[in-house]
Amino acid sequence: MAELLVKGGFVIDPTRRIDGDVMDVAIKDGKIVEKVGPGAKVIDAKGKVVMAGGVDVHAHVAGPKVNVGRLFRPEDKLFKSPNAQKNYRMEMGFSIPSTFKTGYDYARMGYSFVMEAAMPPLHSPHVHEEIHDTPIIDEAALPVFANNWFVLEYLKNGEIENSAAYVAWLITATKGYGIKLVNPGGTAAWAWGLNCLTLQDPVPYFDITPAEIITGLIKTNEYLGLPHSMHIHQNNLGNPGNYEVTLESLKLAEGYKAKNKFGREQVMHSTHIQFHSYGGDGWANFESKAKEVMDYVNTQKNITVDLGCVTLDETTTMTADGPFEHHLNGLNHLKWANVDVELETAAGVVPYVYDKDIKVCGIQWAIGLELGLYAKDPMRTFITTDHPNAGPFTRYPRIIKWLMSKKAREATLDTFKHKDKVIDATNIHGIDTERTLYEIAQMTRAGPAKALGFSRMFGGLAPGMDADVAVFDLNYKSMPSDPEKIEQAFQRASWFIKSGEIVVKNGDIASHGNKRTIWVNAKVKENPQVMRDIHEKFLKDYTVGILNYPVHDYLAPHPLVIDVDVEA
Amino acid sequence: MPKLITQVGCPYCGSSCDDLEVLVSDDGKKILETHNACVIGNEIFHHVSSPSRPKKPRMRQPDGTMKEISYDEAVDFTAKTLLKSKKPLIYGFGSTNCEGMSAVARVAEKAGAVLDNCASICHGPSFLAIFDNGYPSCTLGEVKNRADVVVFWGCNPMHAHPRHTSRYSIFPRGFFTTKGQMQRTIICVDPRETDTAKLADMHLMIKQGHDYDLFDAFRTVLRGHPIPEEVAGIKREKIEEAAEAMKKARFCMIFFGMGCCHTDGRNHNIDIAISTTRDLNTYTKASIMAMRGHYNIAGPGQVWSWQFGFPYCLDLSKGTHAHMNPGETSSIDLAMRDEVDCFVNVGTDAGAHFPIAAIKHLKKHPFITVDPNICMASEISDLHIPVRVVGVEEPGVVYRMDNVPIQFKKVIDGPEGVPSDEELFDMVYKRMCELTQTEPFWILAKGHAQASTPTEH
Repeated sequence: MAELLVKGGFVIDPTRRIDGDVMDVAIKDGKIVEKVGPGAKVIDAKGKVVMAGGVDVHAHVAGPKVNVGRLFRPEDKLFKSPNAQKNYRMEMGFSIPSTFKTGYDYARMGYSFVMEAAMPPLHSPHVHEEIHDTPIIDEAALPVFANNWFVLEYLKNGEIENSAAYVAWLITATKGYGIKLVNPGGTAAWAWGLNCLTLQDPVPYFDITPAEIITGLIKTNEYLGLPHSMHIHQNNLGNPGNYEVTLESLKLAEGYKAKNKFGREQVMHSTHIQFHSYGGDGWANFESKAKEVMDYVNTQKNITVDLGCVTLDETTTMTADGPFEHHLNGLNHLKWANVDVELETAAGVVPYVYDKDIKVCGIQWAIGLELGLYAKDPMRTFITTDHPNAGPFTRYPRIIKWLMSKKAREATLDTFKHKDKVIDATNIHGIDTERTLYEIAQMTRAGPAKALGFSRMFGGLAPGMDADVAVFDLNYKSMPSDPEKIEQAFQRASWFIKSGEIVVKNGDIASHGNKRTIWVNAKVKENPQVMRDIHEKFLKDYTVGILNYPVHDYLAPHPLVIDVDVEA
Repeated sequence: MPKLITQVGCPYCGSSCDDLEVLVSDDGKKILETHNACVIGNEIFHHVSSPSRPKKPRMRQPDGTMKEISYDEAVDFTAKTLLKSKKPLIYGFGSTNCEGMSAVARVAEKAGAVLDNCASICHGPSFLAIFDNGYPSCTLGEVKNRADVVVFWGCNPMHAHPRHTSRYSIFPRGFFTTKGQMQRTIICVDPRETDTAKLADMHLMIKQGHDYDLFDAFRTVLRGHPIPEEVAGIKREKIEEAAEAMKKARFCMIFFGMGCCHTDGRNHNIDIAISTTRDLNTYTKASIMAMRGHYNIAGPGQVWSWQFGFPYCLDLSKGTHAHMNPGETSSIDLAMRDEVDCFVNVGTDAGAHFPIAAIKHLKKHPFITVDPNICMASEISDLHIPVRVVGVEEPGVVYRMDNVPIQFKKVIDGPEGVPSDEELFDMVYKRMCELTQTEPFWILAKGHAQASTPTEH
C-alpha cells in the first residue's frame, strides 16, 4: 500500500494531548508511522484541522428495525435522496438512509467506525448482511440481553458464571461485540403488553427486577472482561420525571471496577442520556434535569454517557424498547411497527417530527446540548443522536456547531415559537460554555474509542494506530466567526483517509475502502449446564434450529476478531 | 454410507421450515430420502434429480425451436440485451436467496432497470397498507409460545403452508401454551369451508368481498358500540363472540392471506386489519402477520429496502435515484401499458401468473427466464438459463414470512457447470462492465470480497 503524508495541518489528538500543533502525520500500510520515505504522496493540510477518524458509540444503522423503518417509510426517500455520485451506488433516504448512503455519509464526515447499537440475536444474519453492504466504515454490533430468557433465569438465581457462559456463547455465535441492555425487563414484559417503568417492577413470569438485571449484567461483563462495558438504554425512557429512575440506575454502577485488558475504565455506558434527563410530572411542566443527571455523572469515573441530542428534524424512532414505541404511537398517532422476537427481545418503529415550534421538542433539544455542556469530562461524554431516534447521524456536525457556539444556540432558540417557555424549562440560555476543537475530538474520537476498548486502534494519531485521518477545512488559529462554517467543515471532510487509503476527497467519495466487521470471540470454560440449556431451548421454544442460528463466516467477509479468553 | 443431514431448510413456502432431514447418497450427488417435509417440500428435493431438468441455457431459434448454448453465450446475450434496452423489467425472486437478489440489484442499477418481485402480484396491497398504517407483528416463535387466540383471515395454511399450523400456529405446545391446540381458540374468516376452517373453533363464513365491513364491525364491537344484526353475512352474536374472544386473549394473533388483500378493498382491508390490531393492543397483546407465499419472498423486500429504501416496484431507470410508485412502476401495469422493452423472469413463473394481455406485450420484446426448471415462462422465453436450486444445491440467507433470516444449507452438489443465481448475475454484471468499459465495483459480496474502486487519487 502506498505511503501517505498529511502535511502541515493543525493536529488535534487528545490521546497524546496534542492540541493544534502544526505537525505531519505519516501513513504506511494502513497504519500511522513515525515517518515515510520521500516518495510518499503528500496531502496538503496546511491551514486545516487534522483529527483521527470519528468513532460512533451508538447508532442504529443496520438490522431488522432499521430496515422496517426504510421499508415502511417511502416518504423518507421522496425529495430527500441526493443524486448518486458517478460510479457509486445510489444513495437513498434521509433519516434511515440505505446502507450505501450510510457508509458514504459517515465517511464524508470523517468517521471510521460505528457501533450498531441493538442487534436482536435471532436476526443477527440480517444485521451482518446489512453491515457488509455498508461501504468504507468499520462496524460492530451489540446483541441485546436484558430481556433474554436465559439471562433472566440465570440472573434470578444469581448464577453469574452461567450468565457469562451464555453471553459468551451468544456474542460469538452472532458475531457481536458486547452486552446491550434495552429497557431491562420492560421489553420482556411487553411480550404480554406490559412494561417495567421502575427498577423494582417485577418482570412477569421471571420474577426478577430491572435493578437485578442491570447489576447482574455489569457483573457478567466484568467476569468476561469484554472490551466494552455493559451498554444500557434505561427504563422509563422519554417520560416526564424519569431522571429519578435514571439516577437510581446510574447508582447501581457504584462499587464496580472495570476488569479488562483493553484500557476501558467504565463499567456502565448509559446511552442517549438526553431521553432520560426529564423533570416534571406531565408534558405541561416538562423540564430539564440535565444538571442533576450530569452532576452525578461528573462524579462517577466508572460511567460513560452519550448524549442523544435532538436535532429538530423529521425522523424515524426505533428501539428494542417495544412498550415505549407503543406509548409514543399513542402520542403522535402516526404509523407503528412492532416486532416481538421469541425468547430474546422486541422492537418498535414510529416516525416522529421534532418540530421546533412544539415546546417539548424545544426542551428536548436544549437538554441534549445542556448535557454536552455540563459534562466535566469530555472523555466520558460522547456526541450522538441515538441515530435515527433524536435525529439522523448526518446532523453530528450541527450538534458540534451548537456545542462550540453560543451564538449558534441562540440563533436556533430565536426560531422557536415557544422560546420563552423553552428558556423557562431549561438552562440552555444561561450557559456560556463553548466547546473547543480539542474537546470535540475527545467527545467524538478519543473518548468513545477508549470506552469501546479500542484505544490502541481508533481515536488517535499515534504511530501504530489505524491510519484513519480526517482533514477538516477549519483554521485552528482563526476559527470562523460564522458558526455555519463549522457545521459545513465537519459535514464534508476535505480529506478522509481510512485504513491508509484515501476514501474522501473534497467531500466526495473516492473509494469503497477497506470495510471491516469487528466482533468478539469470547471463550469461557466449558459449561455443560449452559450448553444443555441452550440445546433444550432450541429444541422446545425456538422456531429456528440451533445449527442454523450462528452467523456464517462469509457474512462477515472482512472480520477483525477480538479474542477474549476468560481462562487465559 | 449415505449421510443424514439435519436441520435443513425447505425451499417451498413462507413457513421456511428448517427442521428437515435429508438422506444423501455416499457421493453427495443424490437425495435418497427426506424426513419431516410436507408433500410439496419433499417433491422439491426429489425433483432436482429429475432427468428432464435442463443443464444448459437454451436459446430460441428463428424457426421457433430451442437450441442449447453455452453459459458464456447466454451471459453475453443477457448483458447486451439489458444494455440495449431503454427500460428492462427484472421480476421474480420468490425462489432464490438474498445473495442472488443482491447480485441482481447490481445488474439492475447498471442497466437502469425496473426491479420488482412477486409481492407485486401478491402481498403488494399489504405493503401499501403497511406504508400507511405500520405493522405491529412478531416472530413465529411468539405465536407458538404465547398465542391463545389465532385468527386466520382469507388464508388457508392447511393447503398453502402445510406445516405452518403444526410448527407455529395451531398445534405446537409452546412455553406458555403447554396444552397446544387445547389452549388455543382458532377463528377462521373465509367465504369457503376450507380445511383450515374445518379445524377452527369459530368459522365466520364471510360474504365474499365484505372483509372491510367485518373488520369495521369488529372494531366497533371492541370499542363497545352497537352493530347491525348482520354484517358481511355474519350474525351479530357471532361477531360479538369472536370479538370478545380476541379482546380476552392473552395474546391474539391475526394471520391474513390473499383472500384478504386481493379481494374487494385490497390494501384498505389490510389497513383496517392493522387498525384492528392496534385497537386490540389497548386491551391485550395482539400481533398481525402476512402469510407470505414463498420461502424467501420476504427477502427482496429486505434486501432492496436496505439497498434502495423500497421493498418492490423499484424504478432504477433514472440512474440517479430509485423511484417507487406502485401502479406506475409495478410489473403488471408496466406490461399492460407496454412500457418495458425487455423482460427478465428470475426464480418465478410469470408465464403462469401474469395476465395473458400483459405477457403478450412482454413477448414483443426480448424475454429471458432464469430458473432451475422448465416452467411456462421458460417455454415462451427467447432464452432460458438454468441455475442451481437454492436450499438444495446452493446455500444462502432467506427471510421467513416473519422476516427472520434463516441460513439455508445446500445438501448436494448442483449439476456440473450450472451456476447459482448469484454467480450468473455476477457474470452478467462483469460482462456489462466490459461492454461499457467501466470498472465493476463490488461491495463485499460473497466469494469475491475485493476491495475498493480503482479511482484517481
